Amino acid sequence: MGQQVIKTNNLCKRFGDFIAVDNITFEVAKGEIFGFLGANGAGKTTAMRMLCGLSSPSSGTATIAGFDVYRQTEQIKKNIGYMSQKFSLYEDLTVLENISFFGGIYGLSNRQIKDKREQLIDQLGLKGEAKKLVGSIPLGWKQKLAFSIAILHEPAIVFLDEPTGGVDPLTRRQFWNMIYEAADSGITIFVTTHYMDEAEYCNRISLMVDGSIKALDTPANLKLQYKASTMDEVFYELARGAKRGD
Amino acid sequence: MRTIRFLLQKEFRQIFRNKSILLLVMVMPVIQLIVLPLAANYEVRNINIAVIDNDHSSYSQQLISKITASGYFRLTGYDYSFKDALHHIEADKADLVLEIPHGFERNLVRENSQQLFIAVNAINGTKANLGGAYLGSIIRDYNDDIRLRLTSQAKFNQVPVIQITSSNWFNVQLNYRIFMVPGILAILVTMIGGFLTALNIVKEKEVGTIEQINVTPIKKHHFILGKLIPFWILGNVVFTLGLGVAWAVYGIVPQGSLALLYCFTAIYLLAVLGFGLLISTYCDTQQQAMFIMFFFMMIFILMGGLFTPIDSMPDWAKTVSRFNPLSYLIEVMRMIILKGSGFRDITRQLITIGVFALILNSWAILNYKKTS
Repeated sequence: MGQQVIKTNNLCKRFGDFIAVDNITFEVAKGEIFGFLGANGAGKTTAMRMLCGLSSPSSGTATIAGFDVYRQTEQIKKNIGYMSQKFSLYEDLTVLENISFFGGIYGLSNRQIKDKREQLIDQLGLKGEAKKLVGSIPLGWKQKLAFSIAILHEPAIVFLDEPTGGVDPLTRRQFWNMIYEAADSGITIFVTTHYMDEAEYCNRISLMVDGSIKALDTPANLKLQYKASTMDEVFYELARGAKRGD
Repeated sequence: MRTIRFLLQKEFRQIFRNKSILLLVMVMPVIQLIVLPLAANYEVRNINIAVIDNDHSSYSQQLISKITASGYFRLTGYDYSFKDALHHIEADKADLVLEIPHGFERNLVRENSQQLFIAVNAINGTKANLGGAYLGSIIRDYNDDIRLRLTSQAKFNQVPVIQITSSNWFNVQLNYRIFMVPGILAILVTMIGGFLTALNIVKEKEVGTIEQINVTPIKKHHFILGKLIPFWILGNVVFTLGLGVAWAVYGIVPQGSLALLYCFTAIYLLAVLGFGLLISTYCDTQQQAMFIMFFFMMIFILMGGLFTPIDSMPDWAKTVSRFNPLSYLIEVMRMIILKGSGFRDITRQLITIGVFALILNSWAILNYKKTS
């Protein structure tokens, strides 16, 4: 893998006395599918929000697509896509209206927006639902739509925060196919998940416990290192010592 | 500029899709403008009076019929002792007690003087004050009648009296509706604009869509403008609707320039919407925004000069009302609609409200943070 698109060095986030993210240092290469694992409350979302420019770090450094997370948040935002844990497309707009709106906000031309609309509706098989309000379509479709909109402007990196939570296994499989396609087109994928089978799909994974990264390697190497046969066991081994959680 | 177009398109779609809010925004001002001015009347009528007539003479009867014939009073008790009459006050059946003493007629005729006793229930201050004053003037009137009758022979002996005649400018018939309608319209425009904007950004925070916006390279002032413009248009529509009702129902046509009126309202709306947006950027839930807006609305309305004139407020309250945008709109509306004031007369208000608009909106943009 060539160039590193995410670089962090001793990145910290404190809320008062509470250290949500404690000195994390890692790099992600262009085109990589990077799994960001950890128990609930481990600090994954907080770390991800810092990388997206939604939250200012307390200390440490990080660059995203070559831009600094303190000073160049707006340039970062041009180059990334983000899909939050909470579904956040406009439920009172239709599928097409959501696509047009976010396309417009990212500065796509009318021509591009029109093409993207047709392409997405086709790809997602949403022909019958194109003019329905997003609030009325099933969760699985919503998540796929949200992902498509997050990469609408062809960003360098896309951040996915538990994109498949609450979604059925078949839709999850389709979702991961979409992730692979995006990765093939050169988009770096940064994804958090609680499904260990999904962790196996990643090129490399990191495992966060109580705000710091306890392990970082390919799934195969991690299993070898912890003498485990599945990623589940690796997770248990590492997360058992966690003091935080809900 | 293109970004704003997309923001406006989205905002208008959401507004027009929310039928119940849209209906409320359009129907509420019409209904309130029709109902409120009829009820909000300063004129006090139906004052309940209890009379204790200890004299039972023709003079006392004349006085009582003069009082009831005035149309302001309703005789609700005819008692034999002050104690009984007091019961009426305690039971809230009487606002005033008039006691006519023994020998009322005899003393009046023989000794040229007599005293009457009036007790006022001061729980409802306005009613008590006005009731007392009305009753006083009726008795004075009656007194003049008697004096005229008794001294009619001695014409040259008459005491000189100053007669006061006043003429009412701008609202010749002292019609309270004409006075109230512009003020109520000002409040309606303020409430609709203020609440809709206060709840708007905070709603995006609640449902989480703001997160998706914040992660885009959108400019902060574009976002705020995208929120400001739709509600500004809506506010002007409501205002136009209100002027229509004022004309159709009350026959109120602005004496001054309509263009000037719209010009002031346009700038005023920017200030109020900016204030709503500012609150929205500070709050995390719609409930918080609602309560904070409510707090300010109460102050704006009660200290805005609609119900009680600002001139008669204590100095500290006058200072507070200088920071109350609503007071400027009420004042200017009355000036332009009733008095026909021109641009020069309202320059001070126009500049003040313009400064408000500028400060509040800049503050809202500053306080809207894409990165926490």
